[in-house]
Amino acid sequence: MPFSLLLLVLVGLAAMSYRFGTARARAVAPGRQSQLHSRPMYHGLYAAMWCGVPALLIATVWLMFQPVLVKGLVLGGLPESYSALSEARLNLIWNDIRNLATGDVVRAAPAPEIRDAADAFRRIHAIGDAALAVVCLVLAAVGARYALGKVSMSLRARNRVESVITVFLVASSLVAILTTVGIVLSLLFESLRFFAKVPPLEFLFGLHWSPQTALRADQVGSSGSFGAVPLFTGTLLISLISMCVAVPVGLMSAIYMSEYAHRKFRAVAKPLLEVLAGIPTVVYGFFAALTVAPFIRRMGEEIGLSVASESALAAGLVMGVMIIPFVSSISDDVINAVPQAMRDGAYALGATKSETIRNVIVPAALPGIVGGVLLAVSRAIGETMIVVMAAGLSANLTFNPLDAVTTVTVQIVTLLTGDQEFDSAKTLAAFALGLVLFCVTLGLNILALHVVRKYREQYE
Amino acid sequence: MSEMTASAVTGGQRTRELVAAGIGRRYRAEKRFRAFGLIAIVSALAFMALLFANIIGKGYGAFVQTEIRLPISYEVAVVDPDGTRDPEAMLRANYGKLYRDGIQSLFPEVDSRQERRVLNSLISSGATFEIRDAVMANPSLIGKSGEVWVPASDDVDMLVKGKIDRHLPETARRVTDREIAWIDALEAQGRLETRFNWRFFTQGDSREPELAGIWGAVVGSFLTMAVTLALSFPLGVATAVYLEEFAPKNRWTDIIEVNINNLAAIPSIVFGLLGLAVFLQFFGLPRSAPLVGGLVLTLMTLPTIIIAARVSLKSVPPSIREAALGLGASKMQMVTNDVLPLAMPGILTGTIIGMGRALGETAPLLMIGMVAFIVDIPGGFREPATVLPVQIYIWADSAERAFVERTSAAIMVLLFFLIAMNATAVFLRSKFERRW
Repeated sequence: MPFSLLLLVLVGLAAMSYRFGTARARAVAPGRQSQLHSRPMYHGLYAAMWCGVPALLIATVWLMFQPVLVKGLVLGGLPESYSALSEARLNLIWNDIRNLATGDVVRAAPAPEIRDAADAFRRIHAIGDAALAVVCLVLAAVGARYALGKVSMSLRARNRVESVITVFLVASSLVAILTTVGIVLSLLFESLRFFAKVPPLEFLFGLHWSPQTALRADQVGSSGSFGAVPLFTGTLLISLISMCVAVPVGLMSAIYMSEYAHRKFRAVAKPLLEVLAGIPTVVYGFFAALTVAPFIRRMGEEIGLSVASESALAAGLVMGVMIIPFVSSISDDVINAVPQAMRDGAYALGATKSETIRNVIVPAALPGIVGGVLLAVSRAIGETMIVVMAAGLSANLTFNPLDAVTTVTVQIVTLLTGDQEFDSAKTLAAFALGLVLFCVTLGLNILALHVVRKYREQYE
Repeated sequence: MSEMTASAVTGGQRTRELVAAGIGRRYRAEKRFRAFGLIAIVSALAFMALLFANIIGKGYGAFVQTEIRLPISYEVAVVDPDGTRDPEAMLRANYGKLYRDGIQSLFPEVDSRQERRVLNSLISSGATFEIRDAVMANPSLIGKSGEVWVPASDDVDMLVKGKIDRHLPETARRVTDREIAWIDALEAQGRLETRFNWRFFTQGDSREPELAGIWGAVVGSFLTMAVTLALSFPLGVATAVYLEEFAPKNRWTDIIEVNINNLAAIPSIVFGLLGLAVFLQFFGLPRSAPLVGGLVLTLMTLPTIIIAARVSLKSVPPSIREAALGLGASKMQMVTNDVLPLAMPGILTGTIIGMGRALGETAPLLMIGMVAFIVDIPGGFREPATVLPVQIYIWADSAERAFVERTSAAIMVLLFFLIAMNATAVFLRSKFERRW
């Protein structure tokens, strides 16, 4: 039975249990409904939960562990000679088996034992699916039977339903924690494996980045070196360029919107500016790569500069535009939080509007603005698609905005798309880069919150 | 005493003089400052206008496609030589010969092998499959002949749409003078037209730009979003309800809160790394599957939904809660019957915004292999698929000129979906939001 059908059947059974539960609760106390401890609806829900929840839990767990389980069983069933193979080879064989079993295109003439394994794969899957369906349906039936049998005047169905819901609420709020733990553990674990091959100091302070490792031992020129400094400088350069665009433009727009603009202008311009934040980054990347970069290149040639076709400038400029609404909406909030009395005081002293803004409002709002800029920097560092499409792959150690540079995120993407074997330093390096990225953005966020909290003037 | 008054008078005078001397400069500074503000806004909006104009200008052409009307005779000898009408045998027949015969019958003067090959290349190789599908769907065609519109190759398409400049010297363009002559002849006979490009909306990806469509990516996006919505909405609302209504204020809930805020600011690509390490490596879920894409995007959008839902729950006034509790409702009944319904418009708005962001997200999906070249329309949550933004990325990387047009058109479709979603959010907010 396919999984989605099983789900549908389970949901249907639960709905039926609900109907039976409510009907039964009504039948237990005909005409004396007020004497039921819980209203019939809760009896119904109670029955539906007993019917659906255990079966769904089992199904989910099975869905999560089925691939690993099947792989272990099938590979375990291969002849002795296979158990000595390396993990990468085994994975290739595993792919063959799977393709053979699912009827996809296979490499010519598979070995008989592979054919057997594919049969085993199919068999295990069929058995597993059938067993899952049987177990789930039996669980659902037994659960519903149990709950329906317990319907009585005094059954505290509401309290039980509510405690199940509470458990669900608590469990969902744990997902956020689990996500963080998952991120930290997976990054840390893979990074440690990487650092076992490449010393951390070499990674953090090395000046040369060329992650192509040799496929054969006798190959020349691709020994693989993992000095990430060129990536860090490239990331910084592009972030710096983007900040040079985003901070002045974003800040000035926020000031104009909150201090000068007419209400009607604001009502139109503010949502329009927010649209910039809603455009997918892949669109910016396309625009940067196909329009802005060639334009900058042509302009550079006009005035006699040599510009790389994938210059840091193009990526940085477009990224800056993407971040403008981010800076402006945060600045807008903090500027609006500055109390009117401070403006009035400055006006009373004879200051013009711009003098008030520059000497009173911006200094008063500065912690918030700085916090916002820090958050914007962390976004610029973590931004991926614009740089993947518009910045290059060449890890140049340069601060010339007209050169091609590469960034941490670009390298993560290029290292991990394409063939993957999880043992090579090349793929593991991506996780080390991810760890750096995670730490830096996390640090910036914490710093931003700290700045805002510590230096915020309390005006209430 | 009188001296002091005098000095105060002269001092006041001096101040006035000083102010008067500076006032022009200060007013000019004021004007300049104000102009900077306006320039900032206008330049940001101008950039956006430029972006949209650029994409629409590049992409609108992809909604039509140059097609050529060929006389096709469905020869029995080619399609069904054994005369068995066996679908298996008919699938393998040489349909390419049919369209090649068709175009060569229009230009009988072309006789050298090489020239013929060039002539054939005016027609897209996809014509083979379209003729085959027509025959398979309607076997009574066999033995008859008729006129069929087939797609032209991408070079012809680009030339007809003016994207290849025919006034360039022959060596500088992809289409030779000879081919242009043929194209003009076809056009003069009324055999060449640009027609609505239905393939773009119904086909999956292809290496040939003229055959490539977005339907596969749209379905992939839909499946991925379905998983994301089905998981992130209940989880997000439950988390928000717990933190807002039930959680005791202690260290533990503080940690959860800080955590959620931090998750919201983590770069999306890190979620991709998480998905790769946990869902693909640890749990062994299939690569490129909408299921995994949806899981990753769920983790990414959860913080957005939680934060929006909490704001919305907070805005429900406490008097509602007190009234419910006072009437004897349990805390859970208060939440499910009174607070949640009132907070729902805000929660839905936040969810739609979160889903909009998930729909436009690319980077984490590259990590879990949704960047593969997939021709088939995905049929399930565990089958390989790609999504719209990733399709855009793949096409943007392709060398063929015609793909620029397709990419821009795909961007237009993506933006259309996003605008529709955000408009729904704005509508929901204005229609159902209550101010207390």
